Amino acid sequence: MLAEIGVGHYLAVASILFTLGVVGIFLNRKNVIIILMSVELMLLAVNINFVAFSTYLNDLVGQIFAIFILTVAAAEAAIGLAILVIYFRNRGTIAVEDIDMLKG
Amino acid sequence: MIQAIVFLPLFAAILAGFFGRQLGNRGAQMVTTLAVTTGAVLSWIVFFDVALGHNAYKVTLAEWMSSGTLDVYWALRVDTLTAVMLVVVNSVSALVHWYSIGYMSHDPHRPRFMAYLSLFTFAMLMLVTADNLVQMFFGWEGVGLASYLLIGFWFKKPSANAAAVKAFVVNRVGDFGYSLGIFAIFLVFGTVGFDEVFAKAPEIASQTFNFLWFEADVMTTICLLLFVGAMGKSAQLGLHTWLPDAMEGPTPVSALIHAATMVTAGVFMVARCSPLFEQSQTALTVVTVVGASTAFFAATIGLVQNDIKRVIAYSTCSQLGYMFFALGVSAYSAGIFHLFTHAFFKALLFLGAGSVIHAMHDEQDMRNMGGLWKKIPWTFAVMVIGTLAITGVPILSGYYSKDMIIEAAYASHAPAARYAFTMGVIAAFFTAFYSWRLIFLTFFGKTRSDQKTFDAAHESPPVMLIPLLALAVGAVFAGMTFYPYFVGDYRAEFWNGTLTMLGDIDIIEEAHHVPTLIMKLPVIMGGVGLALAVLFYLLIPSLPKTLAGAFKPVYLFHLNKWYWDELYDAIIVKPSLWLGRLFWKGGDGRIIDGLGPDGIAATVLNTARKSRTLQTGYLFHYAFAMLIAVVSIGTFFALGAVTG
Amino acid sequence: MGIEALAFYLFAGVTVMSGAMVVLSKNPVHCVLYLILAFFSTGGLFVLMGAEFLAMILVIVYVGAVAVLFLFVVMMLDIDFAELRAGYAQYLPFGIVLGGILALQLALIGFNWQTGPGAADLGATPVPTDKTNTEAIGQVLYTEYFFAFHGAAMVLLVAMIGAVVLTLRERTGVKRQNVSAQNARTAREAVEVVSVETREGI
Repeated sequence: MLAEIGVGHYLAVASILFTLGVVGIFLNRKNVIIILMSVELMLLAVNINFVAFSTYLNDLVGQIFAIFILTVAAAEAAIGLAILVIYFRNRGTIAVEDIDMLKG
Repeated sequence: MIQAIVFLPLFAAILAGFFGRQLGNRGAQMVTTLAVTTGAVLSWIVFFDVALGHNAYKVTLAEWMSSGTLDVYWALRVDTLTAVMLVVVNSVSALVHWYSIGYMSHDPHRPRFMAYLSLFTFAMLMLVTADNLVQMFFGWEGVGLASYLLIGFWFKKPSANAAAVKAFVVNRVGDFGYSLGIFAIFLVFGTVGFDEVFAKAPEIASQTFNFLWFEADVMTTICLLLFVGAMGKSAQLGLHTWLPDAMEGPTPVSALIHAATMVTAGVFMVARCSPLFEQSQTALTVVTVVGASTAFFAATIGLVQNDIKRVIAYSTCSQLGYMFFALGVSAYSAGIFHLFTHAFFKALLFLGAGSVIHAMHDEQDMRNMGGLWKKIPWTFAVMVIGTLAITGVPILSGYYSKDMIIEAAYASHAPAARYAFTMGVIAAFFTAFYSWRLIFLTFFGKTRSDQKTFDAAHESPPVMLIPLLALAVGAVFAGMTFYPYFVGDYRAEFWNGTLTMLGDIDIIEEAHHVPTLIMKLPVIMGGVGLALAVLFYLLIPSLPKTLAGAFKPVYLFHLNKWYWDELYDAIIVKPSLWLGRLFWKGGDGRIIDGLGPDGIAATVLNTARKSRTLQTGYLFHYAFAMLIAVVSIGTFFALGAVTG
Repeated sequence: MGIEALAFYLFAGVTVMSGAMVVLSKNPVHCVLYLILAFFSTGGLFVLMGAEFLAMILVIVYVGAVAVLFLFVVMMLDIDFAELRAGYAQYLPFGIVLGGILALQLALIGFNWQTGPGAADLGATPVPTDKTNTEAIGQVLYTEYFFAFHGAAMVLLVAMIGAVVLTLRERTGVKRQNVSAQNARTAREAVEVVSVETREGI
C-alpha cells in the first residue's frame, strides 16, 4: 500500500498542508504577512487536490481550474501586499492588534 | 309642514355653525332665531290641526337601515302627544333664541352658541316626532350631544368642562339602559316601530324568561330598561347628579334644555310607551316610587341651596318627579299636562334668574342679592308670576296640573299611590317654601351685595324682556286654557288614543271626584309654605341661621345634596380610577409594553450592546470566526455522514 | 519500492516539513524561504502526477513572483518581528484543537471516500495520450475556457493596476521635466524685450 502511490497519498499531503495553514493563522495571528503566507499554503493544498483528482479521473479540467486558482492567488497576494505596504506607510506598523478601526 | 318644522332648525344650525364667520354675529342670530320662530308658529298650526282637529298622520321620509328582519325608517309621527311636545319645544326654543340674542350679547362665540341651540332643537324635534325606538334614540343621543356642547360652552372654565363630561357620562348610564331596552324589544317583538310593538304588546305581556336562577317577566324587564334611560335623561333619583352641575352652562341653555324640554324627554318616552308600561304593574310601581322619591328628595335639597340656578335646578328635578309618579299611577295625561305647563313657568323662572344674574354681573349666590325689586321691576314681576304658578296658586297654570297629579295619586289604587300622594303633598309644601325663599332672598330686604354692583344693576333689554313676558302669559293662561283638553271633559277626543290606559277605572275621572279637602290640600300646603317663607326671610331674617345651627347635621346633609356626589365618588369614580390606573400602569405599561414593544426594544438594545463587544476590530478574530465556521460546517456534514 | 514512490515520499516529506516551518519559523525571511521550498517540492509532486505545465507555472508564478514579492515586502518594511511574536502561544491550544478537528475530519474523508459509479465517464475533457500536457491544456484553455481565461487575465490586470494605484505616492517638492510644457513654449513667452535706461539697471 505504501509502495503503490495512489490519489489517497496526494490527498493526505494536501490535508496536512491545509491543516498547517489553519494552525498557522492561529499561531501567527499578529503578523499579517505570515497570515497571508498561511493562506497561500492553503491554496496550494487546494491546488494539489485539484491536480490529484484530475489525474485520478483522467480529466484535464482539474488542471485548468488549478491555473485559475493560481491566477487568483497571485492577484490576491499582490493586492494584499500592496495594502500592507501603504498601511505600513501610514501607520508605521503592521501589528494586527493595532488594526482595530473596524471596532464597533 | 312637519318637515319644515323639524328640518328648519337643522339647516339653521348648519348655516350658523359652519358659515358663522361669513354670516357674522347678527346674521347667525337672525338665521337661527327666525328658523325656530317659524317652526314655533308652524307647530301651533300643527297643534290645532292635529290635537284639536283630530287629524293625526305619519310621514315616511326615507329608509334608514335594512338588515335582516330589522327595518328602520326615517318617519315623522304626528299625533296629539307629538303635537303637544312640538308646541312646548318650539315655543320655548324660539323664546330662548330671542332671549339669547340679548343674554349672550357680550360673548365672542355667538354664532356657535346659536348653532348649538338650533342643533338641540332639531334633535329634540327628531325625538318627539320619532315613529320608532331607533329614531327616538337618534334624537335622544342628539339632545345629549347638544346638552354636552352647551354645558361646556364656556370651555375655558374647567368646572364647565367637568360638568359637561359628568352630564354626558351619567346620561350614558341611562342611555345604556335605554339601548338595552331597544335591543330587548327587537328581540321579543322583532320590530322597533311603535305601531307594531304596541299592537303586539298584549300578547307578550304574560311571557317570562329565565335569567340566571330566577324567572323574570319580559314586559317588566323591557319597561324597567327603558325607564333607566328615562331616569338618566330626566334626572331622576340616582341619576340626577348631573342636572345641578349642568347649571354651569349659559342660563338660556338651562332654561331650554335643563328645565323645559330635554329633561322632559324621559317623561315623554314613558308616555309614548304607555301601552308597554300598562302591561307591567311592577314597572309602573317602580316609576311611581322613583318619581315620588325624587319629588321629595330634590325639594328638600332645594330648601337650603344658595345658588339661584341650583335652587331652580332642584325644583326642576322635583317637578319631574311629579310627572313621573303621575305616569306611574297611569295618569298619563296629567303628567303630560304638567310637562306642558311646567315648561312655561320653569323656563320663565330660569330666564328670569338669568335676567337677575345679568343685572348683577354674573353673581349667582342669593346670599349676595336682596332688595333688587326696585332695580329690575319687570324681572321681579315675571319671577313672581312664575313662582305663583309653580306653587300652585289658583288660576295660574301650575294649580291645574299639579293638583291634578296629586288628586290622581290620591284616587289611584296602585300599590305605591298612597306613598306618592304623601310625598307629593310634602313636596308641594317644600316647593312653595323654597320658591318664595328665592324671591324673598333675591328681591326683598336690604341688599347684601356691595354698593357698586347694586347701583350698576339694571333692567334687561327688551329682547330679553319680551320672551319673559310671553312666557309669563303662558305661565298664567296655559293651565286654564288647556285644562279641558288635557285632563278635562274633552280629553278623550283630544288624546285620540295616543295614551293607553288599561283597567276599568278612568283615573282622571276618579281624580275629579276626590274629597274637597284633598282638592284644596296642595293650595293649603302652598299657603303654609308661603307663610313660613315670609316668617323666615321677611319677618325674622335671623331665624334660618339659628335653625341651621340647631340642626346642623340635617342642614349639612341637605346642603351637600344628600352626599350623592360623595357616594358616587367613593363607590364608582374612585374604584374606576383605581381600576383604570391598574390597567394602565400594570396591564398596559408593565405587561403589554413591558413584554411587547419596550421589552423587545430593550432586549435588542441589550443584545446589541453585548454583541458589539464581539466586534473587536481585530482582523484575526474575523479570520478565526471564518475558520471556526468552516470547521463547524465540516463537522456537521461529517457527523451527518457518520450517523446517516 | 519503485523510483516513483521514492520520489513521492521525498517531495511529500519536503513539502510537509517546509509547510510546517513556514508556520513555525521565527524569522519571517526564513518563512518565505520555506514557502519557496514548499512550492518547489509541490511542483515536483505535480510532475509526478503528470501535470508538467502546472508544475512549471507554479515555479514561475509562485516562486518567481509571489514568493519574491513576499520576500521583498518582508525585507523592505522595517518591522520589529520580535514584537509580533509576543503572545505566540496564546492561541496555540485553540489552534491545535481546531486544526486537530479539521485533520480528523479530513482523515475521515480520506479513508472513507469512494468514486461514484460512472464518475470516470463524466470527464468533460479526457487527458489525451498523444499530446504533451502543455499542448493539451493549451487546446482546452484557448477554446472551451477562452472567456474564463480572459476573465483571469482581467483579474490580473485589475490586481496590477490596483497595486500600482495603492502604492503610488505623489511626491511634492520634486522638480521634474514637463515635456509637453516645454514643447508648447513659444518665443513670445520665453523672451521679453525690455528697454532699459542707461545707468539704471532693471
